Amino acid sequence: MTEIFGVSTQALFGQLLIGLINGSFYALLSLGLAVIFGLLNIINFAHGAQYMMGAFCGYFLLLKFGIGYWWALALAPLIIGLIGMIIERLMLSRLYQLDHLYGLLLTFGLALIVQGLARNEYGTSGIPYDMPAALTGGQNLGFMFLPNYRAWVIVASLVVCVSTWFVTEKTKLGSYLRAATENPALVQAFGINVPRMITLTYGFGVALAAFAGVMAAPIYQVNPLMGADLIIVVFAVVVIGGMGSIMGSIVTGFALGVIEGLTKVFYPEASNTVVFIVMVVVLLIKPAGLFGTQR
Amino acid sequence: MLQKRSALLVVSLAFAAGAANAQISDGIVKIGVLNDMSGLYSDISGQGSVFAARQAVADFGAAAKGLKVEVIGADHQNKPDVGSSIARQWYDVDKVDVILDVPTSSVALAVSEVTRDKNKVFLVSGAAASDLTGEKCTPNTIHWTYDTWALANGTGKAMVKTGGNTWFFLTADYAFGHALERDTAAVVEANGGKVLGRVRHPFPGTDFSSFLLQAQASKAKVIGLANAGGDTINSIKQAAEFGIVKGGQQLAGLLMFISDVHALGLQTAQGLVLTEAWYWDMTAANRDFTKKFQAQFPGKFPTMVQAGVYSAVIHYLKAVTALKSDADGKAVVAKMKATPTDDKLFGKGTVRADGRKIHPMYLFEVKKPQESKYAGDYYKLRATIPAAEAFRPIADGHCPLVK
Repeated sequence: MTEIFGVSTQALFGQLLIGLINGSFYALLSLGLAVIFGLLNIINFAHGAQYMMGAFCGYFLLLKFGIGYWWALALAPLIIGLIGMIIERLMLSRLYQLDHLYGLLLTFGLALIVQGLARNEYGTSGIPYDMPAALTGGQNLGFMFLPNYRAWVIVASLVVCVSTWFVTEKTKLGSYLRAATENPALVQAFGINVPRMITLTYGFGVALAAFAGVMAAPIYQVNPLMGADLIIVVFAVVVIGGMGSIMGSIVTGFALGVIEGLTKVFYPEASNTVVFIVMVVVLLIKPAGLFGTQR
Repeated sequence: MLQKRSALLVVSLAFAAGAANAQISDGIVKIGVLNDMSGLYSDISGQGSVFAARQAVADFGAAAKGLKVEVIGADHQNKPDVGSSIARQWYDVDKVDVILDVPTSSVALAVSEVTRDKNKVFLVSGAAASDLTGEKCTPNTIHWTYDTWALANGTGKAMVKTGGNTWFFLTADYAFGHALERDTAAVVEANGGKVLGRVRHPFPGTDFSSFLLQAQASKAKVIGLANAGGDTINSIKQAAEFGIVKGGQQLAGLLMFISDVHALGLQTAQGLVLTEAWYWDMTAANRDFTKKFQAQFPGKFPTMVQAGVYSAVIHYLKAVTALKSDADGKAVVAKMKATPTDDKLFGKGTVRADGRKIHPMYLFEVKKPQESKYAGDYYKLRATIPAAEAFRPIADGHCPLVK
């Protein structure tokens, strides 16, 4: 068997794949953050909490209405996205003329409240959420056993990421959105309802977080802390990719998943710091991030 | 004249204060429960431990014995620096006399040092590292409920004896994980087994699939999980997902609590072997305590850590009542070591010279879903490890107090 630094290539393939799977969560979450920041200029610190709410929403749909995973995958983003839009209308919209910092503080506060309430009610051990029957089991790929569900995570995440990129960068709707970010007054003058568009965009970003939450529920527990654990890494991903760059967040999300995965093989103790080391290096060389443009 | 008289008054007041000092400091026995109130260990200890301490004070009948006792709690966030600064603040400013619980071994080791410096009392229930009664033992600390040596001696030995003779460790990368791995590896090797490898994961972790894949590749018969709480839950869940148990490898949850089993559900947790010092469904007294616990935390079952806090508070209050003083931490601990323990949750026991509380440990197996008759009916008893064999022999710990 061939070996690289004492690790067989077969094992390495497995680890690369695992890295990609974790990367798909980073990509999904950082995508939502990038959409919100890129188009609204809000640093949405409540993103982790909204991810957690998505998972809980899926759990409640099952518990109270017997609605299973597949419907939850569609319904939870809708419900949580709607809640997000209400938050945007009632609170965030009042802060647009102020500094970024106020939006950050507001969303951070909201996240702490939501997480605190959930923790008080459900503790920190989490609640199990069953995998959909169609995706249990797995495939033996020769170099590793790939659970079907994890394969589904990669596919679903890629589809969602690429379509989001396509809509914002390649369609007319996307061009309105980008124009509204650059110069809201002018776009409004063309008869486009900019505030409504902003509300919908925030709702979409939040829905992406909720979607990731439902995706994560069967793998991890449905846990009040699941977002808090992840959000810092996801922010680092967004910063590395370039704040607000859609493509940047997708590529960086997957790439950092792989880098983290490799660190887990060669020096596992550093696997939760490696993302931040990359961040420091990138910021030193390209302060606007890999795909970002200086404004 | 007036001046002289007031000077006299001041002096006599000072004497009175001095005399009071030798009794109960500032008139109140103040118990501080310091643990994780918000993170991955908060279901194991958290507010449930504060409840247990208050229940112990009530059951002891402190008020009837003329003892004023107050219980307070704080969150150390599993950070040694936060933990030791709360401990300092409690001892210096808030006049706390004894600190209880403190899960997360790295925090417990830090608090143990602070307690020795301030000559107060530290009763550990939540933390596991056996170093607390080994090389790091102090005359002010008692390790109450369990430790890494006892876990290894229970679960580790049982696994090796039933054929699990090659091991791979998944270890939380801090004092506790290292201690649990060290003590278990020693037991495995002493019983003729072999350790094939280990991987140390950051604490706390979320995704363990990469580490599990390494464990799978090692072909070890047993994957020893030297972690706890949410980390163990996620490891077990993901091991099932990656077909590790189906592939013939066994999981050993070296430290598992009833809250973990509850969170995993019996479907995933069935068949796991684990070592505990206390189980809610063993005696009538335990069930009675659980009923009171559930009045405050509906649907939850008390862990051995929370029960241990109860037991430790009872014994502490006994010692303070006997001494009629809580001022000298060393003296209180010495009294606790000299007196046999007896409370309704842990029964009769002793506290050893190195600070180790001695009682039987129990080896349980998690029931299959169809074997569970009612809520919380999770364990069947596989073996009782008698008190004399449950903990590390005093000579092997190299505690400086013992020489």
